[in-house]
Amino acid sequence: MAAVITKPEGLLYDGADWDYDKIKRVYDAIEHVALDEMGLNVYPNQIEVITAEQMLDAYSSIGMPLMYKHWSFGKHFARDEMLYRKGYRGLAYEIVINSSPCISYIMEENTMTMQTLVIAHAAFGHNHFFKNNQLFQQWTDAEGILDYLEFAKAYITQCEERYGHHAVERVLDAAHALMNQGVHKYPKKRSLDLRLEQKRERERQEYQEQTFNDLWRTVPKPMAGGARPSKTVSERKKLLGLPEENLLYFLEKKAPRLEHWQREILRIVRHIAQYFYPQKQTKLMNEGCATYTHYTIMNTLHDKGSISEGAMLEFLHSHTSVVFQPEFDDQRFSGINPYALGFAMMQDIQRIAENPTDEDRYWFPDLAGRGDGMGALRDAWANFRDESFVLQYLSPHLIRKFKMFSVRDDAEDPYLLVENIHNERGYRQIRKMLARQYDLAFLEPDIQIVDVDLAGDRKLILHHRVTNGVLLDESDAKAVLRHIANLWGYEVQLIEVSAVSEAILKEHAVTAPSGVGA
Amino acid sequence: MNIIDRRLNPQGKSLANRQRFLRRAKEQVVKAVRDASGKRGIQDIENGEKVTISTGGVREPSFHRSGSGGVRDYVVPGNKEYVEGDTISRPEEQGGGRGSEGSPDGEGDDDFRFVLSREEFLDIFLEDLELPDLVKQKVKQSESHSLTRAGYSVTGSPANLNLVRTMRNSLSRRIALKRPKPAEVAELEDLLREAEDRGEDPEVLRDMRSQLERHYLRAKRIPFIDPIDVRYNRFETVPKPIAQAVMFCLMDVSGSMTEHMKDLAKRFFMLLYLFLKRRYRSVDIVFIRHTHEAKEVDEDTFFYSTETGGTVVSTALEEMQRIVKERYPENEWNIYAAQASDGDNMSSDNARSAGLLKDAILPLCQYFAYIEVAAEHNMGLSALGRETELWRTYKMVQGPDLPLAMRRVRSRREIFPVFRDLFAREKAGA
Repeated sequence: MAAVITKPEGLLYDGADWDYDKIKRVYDAIEHVALDEMGLNVYPNQIEVITAEQMLDAYSSIGMPLMYKHWSFGKHFARDEMLYRKGYRGLAYEIVINSSPCISYIMEENTMTMQTLVIAHAAFGHNHFFKNNQLFQQWTDAEGILDYLEFAKAYITQCEERYGHHAVERVLDAAHALMNQGVHKYPKKRSLDLRLEQKRERERQEYQEQTFNDLWRTVPKPMAGGARPSKTVSERKKLLGLPEENLLYFLEKKAPRLEHWQREILRIVRHIAQYFYPQKQTKLMNEGCATYTHYTIMNTLHDKGSISEGAMLEFLHSHTSVVFQPEFDDQRFSGINPYALGFAMMQDIQRIAENPTDEDRYWFPDLAGRGDGMGALRDAWANFRDESFVLQYLSPHLIRKFKMFSVRDDAEDPYLLVENIHNERGYRQIRKMLARQYDLAFLEPDIQIVDVDLAGDRKLILHHRVTNGVLLDESDAKAVLRHIANLWGYEVQLIEVSAVSEAILKEHAVTAPSGVGA
Repeated sequence: MNIIDRRLNPQGKSLANRQRFLRRAKEQVVKAVRDASGKRGIQDIENGEKVTISTGGVREPSFHRSGSGGVRDYVVPGNKEYVEGDTISRPEEQGGGRGSEGSPDGEGDDDFRFVLSREEFLDIFLEDLELPDLVKQKVKQSESHSLTRAGYSVTGSPANLNLVRTMRNSLSRRIALKRPKPAEVAELEDLLREAEDRGEDPEVLRDMRSQLERHYLRAKRIPFIDPIDVRYNRFETVPKPIAQAVMFCLMDVSGSMTEHMKDLAKRFFMLLYLFLKRRYRSVDIVFIRHTHEAKEVDEDTFFYSTETGGTVVSTALEEMQRIVKERYPENEWNIYAAQASDGDNMSSDNARSAGLLKDAILPLCQYFAYIEVAAEHNMGLSALGRETELWRTYKMVQGPDLPLAMRRVRSRREIFPVFRDLFAREKAGA
């Protein structure tokens, strides 16, 4: 029975075990399909084989291969490790990093079919998305990120040596608490260059050390409350660039009591938050793109006879569990599965482009029947984020397929109200509401620094513009304010203001941290 | 494309983060560990421990909307029967259909659970236990020495000759002083012989001869190996701390000791063992049980077989003294002893026991712990302050400078506090 033992003609691999030769063969085959047939455009790839423990490591440091040290990463590791060891949770098959070269981690435990799937998914699907989506192009610097993290890690270690663990931890804690409020939401004139960042910091430090003069310390400080002309509120706000929604940025630039190294740490955390900002906005599309890519590639390979029926079945088993969408009344339901909806939308776009129905022609006049489905997808991947993508492409066909309906939950009513279902009247409403569920600007509370009296008591005033009457979680808000006060050095006040009526709904205040203060 | 195998990279990359986390949560972890060790069997202490701490100190707050109040809209999949305008009664538990709401990372729990490794657990468990006078004893006892290589010297015994170093010096000296190489000399000799055979001009021959002569002379004057080339390996003696300990477990096994008492004693011994294990590379245990006569036995016999007879404590002390003399010389071993008894002793033996303890045993020991185990329900008597024979005897011995500690234990719960108490740092001077 030699035929059973020898590898059938044309197969890239056989059996479950993987080795480097097989991976190389499979990679080349996938690359051919992805680049030549699907027209993807990717960063050079780097595939790293890791163990389960290293995967846990990567989990805890938010997926990055190197990260500065902080207790919160240890906490996440401890929890993930326990969940994993007790079998409550499996591990991801892969982690992929938006860098150039694009690094994909694959686990040694995976079978060869899983490795094939992972390479198609991460090294081509995600990679293409990272390289081509405009949000990533605009906000992240794929070439510089690893070097920057290296710098950040070294810098923070150095700070720990110079100023002590505790002092550094205090700043990092505060910075982490403000991470969601630490991104610029509008592009700057100059795009970010992380390499320049390191250079800038090094030069500044050198300059300071060269020009250090102890005499300055002895210069008498101006008397407090000196005769300074008091400015009008609007002038003052203009001077400070208020209102400012990037709290970390404001504190880094304007907080009066911070040392230079503390500002630099805020800056590091801010850059990292900014780096992840596009990923938060494109979860659905990113996974949809990667899932669609691996699905197409695996099918193409199978059609060509490059992978066996058994491998295909294994792949399909894993694929269907990834794109499974439990219904709302299912115990397993935990929101809309981005893999499921993303994948379905990608397939739907291709269907509309190639085989439209009359309904599609009515809803998508530009897209329907355009023919080149892959081209339409590449356009979508390059130019949208989740919110606009759903708003643009969610078709009635899919709304019916998922049987979506919208529910209004008004705390003042004793029941929930079904507002729209999957019918003619509901399509547009449901699409709009679903798009809003992916809109970060809507999901995250709108918090801005509106005023600070620099000449007076230096109280920092923040506003939370309350939409739909949903206030902030009180205990957390208080804790974050405490962190802000630690950085700012003076009293901090947060006022929750209704976005509709401008009425003040609630106030939180935290006094100046002890130990400082004039 | 590159494939890189990272599997062999250094493990435990997150260790530093974990240490930071434990430091951060220190107070709570220590408390959790104390609670846990109070509840559990001693044997489990060797294992790692799942601890639960409240998230208070390790919370990571962020601005987010609260889970209740206001107006919210959701789009969810899987409609089966609803039409517009239908009402649904509010589900009791939040979170069912709230994918995008609620706490952002799904961490609504007040408690945070994780597993401490065995090492971490024991570290915290034994954290502020320290044997009294440990440092002093260490210094005093670090009398054993060992030799360590310490560079080279120009003097030494032939056995320590370092050939490589010596030859290297010799070679460099020969090169520096231009000692003719044997090959050169041989070549010159050959040339001369050839020239003689050819009947060369005597003038030339003379020159060659004198040159050869000079070579011979030079080779003679510059020896192949000179005394100044010679190097010896140098050794230094370094004091070696004693890294081994022996622990003597003495127990009264006469009929009056109940199973309960033995269990208490066993737990105490185990704790002591654990404790020593962390400080010394190797720990030996010697079990001595006694009735009116003492015997060294194995662990099983020690704990589980009963004997009948009277109670003469001094026999056990004598046995211990004998074993120390035989197998555990004082200057090589750190000696610890723990004695468990219900406090009975023959009245006639008291004086002898006290004498032995004071003059023979205590000088040998780093520490001698005596615990008196009592029946659980026997509270009344000891509360009245009736002291047992042995207790009174040992109390007479007890002095401020002696490494003797004594405690009474009645229930399993008390073992750990007593242990802490016995070895607590503050007690060192008391």
